[in-house]
Amino acid sequence: MSTVAAGDHHDHPESPYSIKRWLFTTNHKDIGTLYLWFSFIMFLIGGVMALVIRTELFQPGLQFVDPQFFNSMTTMHAIMMIFGVVMPAFTGLANWLIPMMIGAPDMALPRMNNWSFWILPFAFAMMLSTLFMDGGGPAGGWTLYPPLTLQTGDALPFVILSMHFMGLSSIMGAINVVATVLNMRAPGMTLMKMPLFVWTWLITAYLLIAVMPVLAGGITMLLTDKYFGTSFFNAAGGGDPVMFQHIFWFFGHPEVYILILPSFGVVSSIIPTFARKPLFGYASMVYATGAIAFLSFIVWAHHMFTVGMPLAGELFFMFATMLIAVPTGVKVFNWIATMWRGSMTFETPMLFALGFIVMFSIGGFSGLMLALAPVDFQYHDTYFVVAHFHYVLVPGSIFAIIAAVYYWLPKWCGNMYSEGLGKTHFWLSTIFVNLTFFPMHFVGLAGMPRRIPDYALQFSDYNMMATIGAFGFGLSQLLFLVLVIKAIRSGNKATSQVWEDAEGLEWTLPSPAPYHSFSTPPAIK
Amino acid sequence: MFAIKRLNAWLGLAFISVVSGSAFAGQPMNMTPGVTDISAEVYDMHMIAFWLCVVIAVVVFGAMFYSIFAHRKSRGVTPATFHESTTIEAIWTIIPFVVLIALSIPATKTLIDMYDTSDYDLTVKITGYQWLWHYEYVEDGVDFHSKLQTSISQINNDEEKGENYLLEVDNELVIPVGKKVRFLITSNDVIHAWWVPDLAVKKDAVPGFINEAWARVNEPGIYRGQCAELCGRHHGFMPVVVRAVPEAEYRQWVAANAKPESATEYAVVSQ
Amino acid sequence: MSDKTSKTTRGATKLALAAVFMFSFGYLLVPLYDVFCDLTGLRFTDEEAVALSPQELEEDTSRLVTIQFDVSMNQGMSWHVKPEMQVMEVHPGRVYTTFYSASNRTVGEMVGQAVPSVAPIAANKYLVKTECFCFDNQTIAAGETVNMPLSFMLNPRLPPNVNLVTLSYTFFDITKNASAENQLDSVLAYK
Repeated sequence: MSTVAAGDHHDHPESPYSIKRWLFTTNHKDIGTLYLWFSFIMFLIGGVMALVIRTELFQPGLQFVDPQFFNSMTTMHAIMMIFGVVMPAFTGLANWLIPMMIGAPDMALPRMNNWSFWILPFAFAMMLSTLFMDGGGPAGGWTLYPPLTLQTGDALPFVILSMHFMGLSSIMGAINVVATVLNMRAPGMTLMKMPLFVWTWLITAYLLIAVMPVLAGGITMLLTDKYFGTSFFNAAGGGDPVMFQHIFWFFGHPEVYILILPSFGVVSSIIPTFARKPLFGYASMVYATGAIAFLSFIVWAHHMFTVGMPLAGELFFMFATMLIAVPTGVKVFNWIATMWRGSMTFETPMLFALGFIVMFSIGGFSGLMLALAPVDFQYHDTYFVVAHFHYVLVPGSIFAIIAAVYYWLPKWCGNMYSEGLGKTHFWLSTIFVNLTFFPMHFVGLAGMPRRIPDYALQFSDYNMMATIGAFGFGLSQLLFLVLVIKAIRSGNKATSQVWEDAEGLEWTLPSPAPYHSFSTPPAIK
Repeated sequence: MFAIKRLNAWLGLAFISVVSGSAFAGQPMNMTPGVTDISAEVYDMHMIAFWLCVVIAVVVFGAMFYSIFAHRKSRGVTPATFHESTTIEAIWTIIPFVVLIALSIPATKTLIDMYDTSDYDLTVKITGYQWLWHYEYVEDGVDFHSKLQTSISQINNDEEKGENYLLEVDNELVIPVGKKVRFLITSNDVIHAWWVPDLAVKKDAVPGFINEAWARVNEPGIYRGQCAELCGRHHGFMPVVVRAVPEAEYRQWVAANAKPESATEYAVVSQ
Repeated sequence: MSDKTSKTTRGATKLALAAVFMFSFGYLLVPLYDVFCDLTGLRFTDEEAVALSPQELEEDTSRLVTIQFDVSMNQGMSWHVKPEMQVMEVHPGRVYTTFYSASNRTVGEMVGQAVPSVAPIAANKYLVKTECFCFDNQTIAAGETVNMPLSFMLNPRLPPNVNLVTLSYTFFDITKNASAENQLDSVLAYK
């Protein structure tokens, strides 16, 4: 673990076609690129799993897959999308952007940065290999509740080991972010001058360090319960299966914010640029992020309202959960106030950011409804919940990641992307994402449980709609791939400023950004 | 300018297609008010929360879309430079807070009612198995298994699907109307959840532990639900069917189904 | 630069230690969960039942509470168990004794463990078991039937709106684990 030493690097990267360059790179931009491409590949794999699910649900009856494999698909889809797509994509963005945003030459711990990326392909290869094992892949849901998860076949230890690796990778990534932000800022870049993306990532990194190890503890207990005769979750030995749910969601709820806080940072960077007006309420944005992070530790049991908790517990978690609406609301209001009386244009990043605000808010509304414990008894474990978290994760986190790629792509590769293709991508994605997930509210309220491979006839129309939407959404993302490759290979040259009036140190660098960003610290106004 | 028109057109189209699709299909798209006082309260609270969200959405998105329309560069506006206002920020922190408190009061009241299992009339013990339910009428000495009745050929699409496809069982849970029925819920193997939307009862069945819930059904009828916690391969195939009948009919049903040896064992011992 | 390097290394080490601490914290959640359960009465372990003060031990003859006895067999458990009585009406503050009878109709000796559970949750910490077959595992020889005693008392501080308490036992077959443990015990005893 050493910080960047001048002799460590060549001034110019080796050829992009050299495997050695990518295997041994300690350059934050290379690693950022690796993370982003890895995330996109996982997005395609996880997406195919989602399409398997949606294909089976196109019509009532069992058509294509065995129910056990179906359960495996829902489980794997979740693990892929959470640990393989959203988290690595944010880490990739952090790698690319944080050093440029704070005026640093690189990340603080470049070698660890290399390890934390290269663990991931192995972890996911191991995870995917479980699909071919005796007894099939994990099929107990990504929440891994015992005793069901303990019925998994040979796959269980491999699933747990690969989740340990994913956790290790993200803890290392988080340590790196904290070390970078705290030690590598250019002189004059005080904490309260940092772009919000850096702030939200700093807080996210602390959340990661706090909760990923708790998940590691919980799944290790599962492992010892199954193979070494402990009984943490076995009532016969004095344990309690419900305790796993408490441990899991103690990790799981902060995890939810790990998946969304950096998006807030991205949107807070994009909106001011295209509104040509400074971000409204910078300080309150920082405090709201902190408040959300704090609250995320005391709301976990709202995932388990039906598990049979004492009344007092139920009430506490209901009130605490509802409180989260306040800082989240502040953020949305601040974004709108930023737009207010600005001078807006609607390039693709702005469209995705606006789509984020609207659809993330829809997910927020259903979240507020879900917080009401007595009503949650009706919503819990139905498609209403599926609709809720897909609204905050797909047109939420994923849209923010896509917006970030559009926004910073010209800086990364030096070429502008095709605005026409970008806008088409936005409109197709928006239409299909709503066609996929909005009807899920209806079937959920009408009584369709989640994680079922077959359903009663009154749910058929909306499921059909959702399946059509899912295929549309999936295919639209191929357009994104084409667009990004086109922009990397050709396209109009981007200026260093790229966007009129964009604020931030990264726009003072030429496009594409040089291999080493700020060898001498920039002057901060 | 053009983008906005397109946005409106597309959003309108998407909305119409969703709504008209449902109107055309006539399939349920909302929660049911159910058949108990509690389920009606829950439904009302759901609708209040829903409309509250709609109002907030109209105000917030209204402001946003107005801004998108009015504050565009193409209209030649010069951007303002304000970037904070303590008063406004305080207002939009406090107002949601007040709204939330208002919303939590009825929720708390309903929740307390849901937890009050005292003064019940009869107890049914529900045990989840992979993948069926077992019902035991504790006082009345009836017990039986209840499992999916839909034929495998319907599931495999070899036969036309019946009206209650996947929501029909061999033995229904029969309960009397107007009586407070207390459910004791547990499991034999993994965690299940017993759910009947019309009764607004959903409770996890956890192996080794018992959970409690209750319902007082107001109208005779057949109410269908499903297991709501992933419980393995056939999780989607363990429905719940409740038949609520007038008390006299319930008594007849008990008389016809009670197992004599268990009924005689039930004796209250006062000491 | 080197000053910055050591600062970074120190910072990163601290964060790594924090991660290790949080891993242990995951395990610390196990005893914390017990504390949480005792405080809220979610699950209540008798071993930790607080001693009652003498005045609480006084029988409250003005109040009758119904105790309902229930039993479940977990997956793979083949014993036939039933409570001596399905219900009892009891006064808080007085110790009552009853039993569950269990028969092992299989051809081999079996070890079982009963796990108690109480409903409503609010009554959990007021039902005090002074003697219970659930304190230890139970061994029943093939074809035998045994009566397993249970002595309990309701704490007079039981909330006034509770007029019914269900005491449920789930029996788990732990024959396999128990034999492994016995082997270990004998090895240790030999030393």
